[in-house]
Amino acid sequence: MSIVYFTKDHEWIAVSGDEGVVGITDHAQHALGDLVFVELPEPGRTVAQGGEIAVVESVKAASDVYSPVSGEVVAVNQAAADQPGLINEQPESGGWLYRLRLGNAAELAGLMDRAAYDAFVQGLE
Amino acid sequence: MSTDPSLSRTALYDLHLALGARMVPFAGYAMPVQYPSGVLAEHTHTRAAAGLFDVSHMGQVVVRGEGRAAALERLVPGDLQALSPGQIRYTMFTNDQGGILDDLMVAHAGDHLFLVVNAACKAQDIAHLEAGLAGRATVEVLSGRALLALQGPAAVTALARLAPEAAAMGFMRWRLLEVAGIPCFVSRSGYTGEDGFEISVPDHAAETLARALLAQPEVKPIGLGARDSLRLEAGLCLYGADLDPTTTPVEAALTWTLSKRRRAEGGFPGAAVVQAQLAEGPRRLRVGLKPEDKAPARAHTVVTDEAGRPIGEITSGGFGPSVNGPVAMGYVEAAFAQPGTPVRLVVRGTPRPARVVTLPFAPHRYHKQ
Repeated sequence: MSIVYFTKDHEWIAVSGDEGVVGITDHAQHALGDLVFVELPEPGRTVAQGGEIAVVESVKAASDVYSPVSGEVVAVNQAAADQPGLINEQPESGGWLYRLRLGNAAELAGLMDRAAYDAFVQGLE
Repeated sequence: MSTDPSLSRTALYDLHLALGARMVPFAGYAMPVQYPSGVLAEHTHTRAAAGLFDVSHMGQVVVRGEGRAAALERLVPGDLQALSPGQIRYTMFTNDQGGILDDLMVAHAGDHLFLVVNAACKAQDIAHLEAGLAGRATVEVLSGRALLALQGPAAVTALARLAPEAAAMGFMRWRLLEVAGIPCFVSRSGYTGEDGFEISVPDHAAETLARALLAQPEVKPIGLGARDSLRLEAGLCLYGADLDPTTTPVEAALTWTLSKRRRAEGGFPGAAVVQAQLAEGPRRLRVGLKPEDKAPARAHTVVTDEAGRPIGEITSGGFGPSVNGPVAMGYVEAAFAQPGTPVRLVVRGTPRPARVVTLPFAPHRYHKQ
């Protein structure tokens, strides 16, 4: 059982135990349009909260993905790198980007839950 | 964004919204960047069948007067006096250094010249034309007209149902033509590398015409996103990215637009610079650049030699849906312009292998008679 948190930069992190899986939200993939390239971090890399950790590219533009929390990358989703369209199709499940070991679980308190994120997105439109 | 009141709207604005377009600001206009099917599907549909683009933001200008072709030649290096009635030429306004102020199409429209210029340069071009042609020819801006581009291998089939004579037009030809009963200016030209047409239509009839074209089974609406990826694969220049006041027609590899007479005679702004570059070779050249891995390299990416020395910059780059991989073009030092030359593209700090290649990435499939 995991708990999902969201950032204002439109990433999500599904946390279970001391690890989290990170991806971009459905709102983000919709705004970016068809994705054609993904640059994922090397496993073992450490990242600060809010640090640039991945890049997702549409036909038109490249966008940075910022890590919702600090930690160490333990795995990446090779399927998403091989088939970036997977992120458009399943942004909040099969199109995840990387898994990390949390550096500081207290950082989660500053993120949004789904209701708060949905309200945040509503406010953008 | 779509409701920003400071943005101009084309005659097809309401149609774009009805079709579910995502509107973005572009050159002062609210324009459709994509429709619900998305950039990839729109791009591949245009290459497979036919796409309809709203390019009404571009400027449509008429030049009249006895010596209009000779007068306009004072501003551009293209051979306009050689145009026969109904023929179109691609050329550019140059400055005194031979730099490009805008690129444009000029059609011999019988008793006048019909020009299409870029949206972002429209106001500047018109002032430049009025000043440069003063006393020699008159300039009239056709502000009440829309411009639709119908592009793709099935464009001719779709258009010929509404205007049978369109099928008989040659590439880079222009004529007056009734399309679905609406008097239009039709040219067989475009910006995708495919066969196709550009149709100038009065604003009041634009939506009727667009709907008549969209009712053809081959035709889908296409936004600016796919327009850009299509023209990039076709190796066609985007003004403001690949061409600007610091790039000359020779550096931009557009010498094919200069006739023997115009090269010899000059008589356009910056002719001395252009003639010197033709004689001695330019210092840098626009080339195609093909990344050897999957990462797109975007505009302003630094190009280096294999040792890491900067030799140029990408001016347009991204993902080519028909190529199914990254494609780019840019300027490199002339010594590196030979196709096959290995280079590096510095993407987010990492040098990535690429090669200089011959443009276009997607073969041109213009209509041949």
